[in-house]
Amino acid sequence: MLIPCPVCGQRDAGEFFYRGDATAARPPLEEEAERPWVEYVYARHNPRGEHLEFWQHAHGCRQLLVVRRNTETHEVFEARLVGPFGEGG
Amino acid sequence: MPGFRLASGGTRIDRSARFTFTFDGAPVEAFAGDTIASALIASGRSIVARSFKYHRPRGVFSAGAEEPNALVTVGSGAVREPNVNAATRLAAPGMEVSGQNAFPSVERDIGAVGEKLSPFLAAGFYYKTFIGPLKRSWMWYEPAIRRAAGMGRASLEPDPARYEKASAFADVLVVGAGPAGLAAALTAGRAGARVILAEAAPGPGGALDLEEADIDGRPAGEWAAAATVELAGMENVTLMPRTHVWGYYDGGVLAALEDCGGEGETRCRHWRIEARQAVLATGAIERPIVFAGNDRPGVMLASAGLAYARRYGAAPGGNVILFCNNDEAWRSAGLLAEAGVKIAAIVDPRTEILDALARPLAERGAEIILSHVVAAARGVKRVEGATIVPVGEAALAEAAGNIDRPGAQAQESEQGEDAAPPAPGGALERACDTILVSGGFNPVINLASQAGGPPVWREEIAAFVPGEPRQAFIAAGAAAGAPTLEIAINQGAEAGALAASAAGFEARNEELAVKIPVEGLRVTTEDGGLLPLFEVEPQGAKPGKAADKAFVDLQHDVTAADIRLAHQEGFADAEHLKRYTTLGMANDQGRTSALAGLAILAGEREMPLPAVGSTRFRPPAIPVPLGTLAGRERGRHAAPVRRSPLHHAHLAAGAQMMEAGLWMRPRIYPKRGETLFAAYTREARHVRRAVGIADVSTLGKIEVAGPDAAAFLDRVYANNFSNLAVGKARYGLMLREDGFVFDDGTAWRLAEDRYLATTTTAKAAEVMLHLEFLAAAAFPELKVSLTSVSDQYAGIAVAGPKARELLARLVEGTGMDNDAFPFMGVREATVGGAPALLARLSFSGENAYEVYVGADHGPFIWKLLLEKGADLEVAPYGLEAMGTLRIEKGHVAGPELNGRVSAHDLGMEKLLSTKKPFVGKPLAQRPALSEPGRLQLVGVIAADEAFRAGAHLVAGPAEQPGPSEGHITSVTFSPALGKTIGLALLKGGRERRGESLYAADPIRGGHCRVEVVSPHFVDPKGERLHG
Repeated sequence: MLIPCPVCGQRDAGEFFYRGDATAARPPLEEEAERPWVEYVYARHNPRGEHLEFWQHAHGCRQLLVVRRNTETHEVFEARLVGPFGEGG
Repeated sequence: MPGFRLASGGTRIDRSARFTFTFDGAPVEAFAGDTIASALIASGRSIVARSFKYHRPRGVFSAGAEEPNALVTVGSGAVREPNVNAATRLAAPGMEVSGQNAFPSVERDIGAVGEKLSPFLAAGFYYKTFIGPLKRSWMWYEPAIRRAAGMGRASLEPDPARYEKASAFADVLVVGAGPAGLAAALTAGRAGARVILAEAAPGPGGALDLEEADIDGRPAGEWAAAATVELAGMENVTLMPRTHVWGYYDGGVLAALEDCGGEGETRCRHWRIEARQAVLATGAIERPIVFAGNDRPGVMLASAGLAYARRYGAAPGGNVILFCNNDEAWRSAGLLAEAGVKIAAIVDPRTEILDALARPLAERGAEIILSHVVAAARGVKRVEGATIVPVGEAALAEAAGNIDRPGAQAQESEQGEDAAPPAPGGALERACDTILVSGGFNPVINLASQAGGPPVWREEIAAFVPGEPRQAFIAAGAAAGAPTLEIAINQGAEAGALAASAAGFEARNEELAVKIPVEGLRVTTEDGGLLPLFEVEPQGAKPGKAADKAFVDLQHDVTAADIRLAHQEGFADAEHLKRYTTLGMANDQGRTSALAGLAILAGEREMPLPAVGSTRFRPPAIPVPLGTLAGRERGRHAAPVRRSPLHHAHLAAGAQMMEAGLWMRPRIYPKRGETLFAAYTREARHVRRAVGIADVSTLGKIEVAGPDAAAFLDRVYANNFSNLAVGKARYGLMLREDGFVFDDGTAWRLAEDRYLATTTTAKAAEVMLHLEFLAAAAFPELKVSLTSVSDQYAGIAVAGPKARELLARLVEGTGMDNDAFPFMGVREATVGGAPALLARLSFSGENAYEVYVGADHGPFIWKLLLEKGADLEVAPYGLEAMGTLRIEKGHVAGPELNGRVSAHDLGMEKLLSTKKPFVGKPLAQRPALSEPGRLQLVGVIAADEAFRAGAHLVAGPAEQPGPSEGHITSVTFSPALGKTIGLALLKGGRERRGESLYAADPIRGGHCRVEVVSPHFVDPKGERLHG
């Protein structure tokens, strides 16, 4: 599997660390209730087909990416930066 | 028995280079270019193996990767290689080859008693017998069964061979250099695409050398040679012979195994090929027809018989009967006869055969027996004859039910003058030493199946062809079901052009239009005149006498009866059948057996074969030595070795080094003749008495900078960092999102907007990833940058009552007394002239400093500390003493921070800030994480005997220990207390101080009394470190 890193170009998936489901919304910092955090930490959908995932280019530019990918065929559609260098960052 | 080497012929052998190797100790003559199998056949050897379950004698069955029988062991000792395919492995002078699954030899195998027990070894036997009421007995019988049934055995010694891994990139990868593959590579190469042509065989051409054909106006062999020369001349084309592509993975990544053929030091090479487009021209392999005794040595695929004769000048036998249902096999027989092999008879269930095929054979004396099938092979150690019955009297398993059976009985052969008409209703007996069999051809669809949808049934060849691609591949040639050479080669050319244009290269239209004329012996109808037939059901030769076994899967000894039994027991799905009977699960991946199995199942279910479906192929398509997947990454090369900047200083000081994760770290600095125990207790005692220095370079160091650095640390640590003064350090506890303890360390405030955060050695990389993730995904609004500076610094801990005095001699730029440089203070200064960061921190419990200098300055400063402190008795201390000192102080480390402890378990709940939010806070507050009955950190002291880490804490003595109440995580002998002490995680431990328990170590031995105490053994008030 190749991931099109916006910084480094097409790179092998072995250079990246999978960092989890990018659709799981982290509750706001001030949220103290247990339920939303349990949802965020433990509850995961396991979609078949298109999915958004975090991948970090640990053996490259170290940037965190959101990768849009098909979990069934492993086809990678796009990868974009998140964080300070991403859109709106 | 005289040899079967023909007087002439053999395109792959060099008759001028003769050598010998041994098979089961006996010498075998061979020519350069012979495979093990061809040399054995030429030498007249019939039995080359014993079968998997029944230990039946077996001979060579094929001439390729599909070989189910001729698996042998090559070499001995450390280089013993089991399960080598004799049909593809080249023989070499002096090679030691031995038969498998037999003792003492394949000729005389005492295990053959398995034959008499065979009624007990039917499908599902193991499940039925050893699972269920008797299931506990499996563990007793398993070793014996595994010895009796099985393949070769691997060497127990380390493999001395070298393996390599490499990557390759292509616009178009062509798999298979047969006619279709060569044509595809040519068109794609001419279009300018980067082409890789991978071929499992040593040379190109595929099965062209078994054809009599002209291509582009010249003999097929010449055409293939010219194509290869042209390809070799193209800079954008790479030829990869002896490279078998075995896996097709996501994103156009293919795996291949290159057999380096004993040249150079490397045995084989694993290729990872990234291909934008692939052309799968993997060809087709002949399939057998199942009949009783079809596993006897001397039964062989027809095309293999021709391959041995043409390529190696080795006749498959001296008196051959061909049993086939298609024209291609007649052509093979014709070529065999031309090569000088005696064809005694040809048995075909069809009612008529074209004169052009039959006449030449009849003229050479072959008996043509149409409308008949071979019902049984006679003979045990070698075929001695065939029982031939009329089609109408045999029960046949055919595909899709399209045998025209009523007509078959009535019609007489049109070659009546040559064919001996069978006695109506009677079985014929014919003597022979070889039965060549051909049931048609199966496209090789392993790769296509891995990367595509379910295979599609193609009626005219009665076989499956590749299904809908899910990746960018095109199947071409015989692999795609092309019935003739002409169609195959043009499909290849077109596929090459299509693939090249899909990869963005202009493949010119005229190339697409090019038709390579194929002329030659093309006398049959386009579809090859196939009459689908998979099985002749066994029938007793004499009334009351059971027929011999009819094998579907020769390699796993799965019989037709096994398949019927499986169906009867409800395993009627193709995937269930495979798993219940193990049909098609061995080295050969069911290449010659899967379809016949499905045909029999379809017959039982009374439905057309394609309706039964097929099983999906998974990688690897061929056996892959595990060593090749490891490549060079084994032994010392399995993982990188990390060395601290002070590594050579440790070696110079006589340190005994040890592996700690990836790091090499000094364990002890033994004096001459000193034991480990003596050395580490001396070093630890020395630190408490004078001053010691230790290498702490391996700690993770992360610079956290930016206007929001303080806010960021407040969020990622459980305790507060924004209120830390510049020039001060603080211990920090980090939780995971789930509320459990992740890591600990100190963070130093170097400036208003700049911190240096340290991590444990083990978690350095994980903490960095964790912080980077949080900064990017959770808190993108914070202006903060994270930089790993772990490798930029050499870190030296200077600890002990004389630490201050020693450092004062070398430090410039800061005072060293308690006011100028208080406990937990951080100073930027110089040490021995080198810019340095100093922090007054203590892991040991003594007054201590951590000195960080540039990595390159490290060795010099280390040496300087030892020189300038000689009169203060400064001495280095290693990892063991560091452990002793921290256990004496009750500081937690890796063994305690095991990912399952909460802050409360460690007695650190006060570090969980109530004034601010932080990562892990909401879930850390779950009541279960502070339940009193949890495993909690305690200290344990040995009452008398020493205990070991990993021992469990129990209430009772050895005779009646009772359940485990926790375990000991870290142990040391404490010089300060004169006793063995340890840290432990004990149920409800915080309330159990003073209790007396036992440390139980039943596996390694030991059961001794311990006392539960506070984990702070030495100087619990911390007076020494403030000194």
